[in-house]
Amino acid sequence: MTIAAIIFTAILTNNFILAKFLGICPFLGVSKKTGTAVGMSIAVIFVMVLATAVCFPVNILLVKNNMTYLQTLVFILVIAALVQFLEIVLKKYIKPLYNALGIYLPLITTNCAVLGVVALNIQENYTFIESITNSFGAGVGFMLAMIMFSGVRERLEGNDYPKFWEGLPITLVAAAITACSFLGFTGVVEGIFGA
Amino acid sequence: MADKKSLGKEFSKGLIAENPVLRLVLGTCPTLAISTSVENSIGMGIAASFVLVCSNIVISALRKVIPSKVRIPAFVVIIAAFVSIVQMFVKAFAPALDASLGIYLPLIVVNCIILGRAEAFASKNPVLASTIDGIGMGVGFTFAISLMASIREFLGAGNLSLKVLGFGTNLTDIFNLGETDVLTAIGLEPILIFILAPGGFFCYGLLMACANKLAEMKGKPKAELKSCDSCPLATSCAIKIEGKECAK
Repeated sequence: MTIAAIIFTAILTNNFILAKFLGICPFLGVSKKTGTAVGMSIAVIFVMVLATAVCFPVNILLVKNNMTYLQTLVFILVIAALVQFLEIVLKKYIKPLYNALGIYLPLITTNCAVLGVVALNIQENYTFIESITNSFGAGVGFMLAMIMFSGVRERLEGNDYPKFWEGLPITLVAAAITACSFLGFTGVVEGIFGA
Repeated sequence: MADKKSLGKEFSKGLIAENPVLRLVLGTCPTLAISTSVENSIGMGIAASFVLVCSNIVISALRKVIPSKVRIPAFVVIIAAFVSIVQMFVKAFAPALDASLGIYLPLIVVNCIILGRAEAFASKNPVLASTIDGIGMGVGFTFAISLMASIREFLGAGNLSLKVLGFGTNLTDIFNLGETDVLTAIGLEPILIFILAPGGFFCYGLLMACANKLAEMKGKPKAELKSCDSCPLATSCAIKIEGKECAK
């Protein structure tokens, strides 16, 4: 599969939120305002790419030593340590970036999208470049869905619907309709790149 | 704590009143992703419940040993260890389930139900109560995800795979339909979109609205994303401290 095909598949057809259901918690929690949605998404892209870059060599090491059964345990530890490390480094050396993303970082440790993309890259047997591309694409797809949906939610506010539909139920139904629009991308990537 | 009444309450609250999926809004990712077939949902429910009960027992037993500053990493390691055990077990004894759960099996590690219960309950309560709490929450999770799967699978594929770990039967087999599904057999067409992604969101929204209606009739508050109360990271979360909306 070419790099371009991977990136478009990750963004459009296999969108992490709307097709793979990874990272639903921030999708429902942070998407109320476009500003926070953007901040969270950038932090997610950042951590996803970095976690993939670190976990790839770690996985080679595990496979070499015949310890693939430790993958889950090692990856979650690597991601947790990485996020913590990143927070400390940003706080010390890149203050403006820390101010923008810092508050989202601790929450990303237990975000299933990050562990999900690492697990997915291994399942698909991607090379290093392909893994990084896929992670970046997945992150961008996450951001696209978050921003689109925050617009939808802003329109939802103040509308008149039955009381028991208020809050999450109506948000989920709106998410269903947003997901419908992404169904339209099925086959687009295959059509363009012939993959 | 040890009297039977309160233990019974710990168990039953997970089923309906504090159902993790429909009332506490935890574990949304596996709920949406796996609920395309009843068989997979039950498998997922059992796997997650096993991890939940075991990690609750261990965390509760170690609650006085683990320093509170490093408790989240410690919990995650304990949970990840049990998930690895489940992964190996499923790979060995139910390879078909392993194939259909895919990456969602290792993702039990970051299932917020488990870390959430560890932080909110097991780290503060004795072993027996934590075990019961784990079983109740696990059964509640399995119930909610299977209920959703039965709606989605029936409407979307015209079938119900009433199987537990490979034992059991399909609805189509009960009626001897062979390759045709139940809906086609009675002259209707399956609504394919229900087993696709939008159907998952829609069905979840619908069930949550029903749960809200039930709660409203009983005079209880409706389900909300009370992330900050159930969120395992609430104490270290800058967003909560700054009083902004929560990100998880």
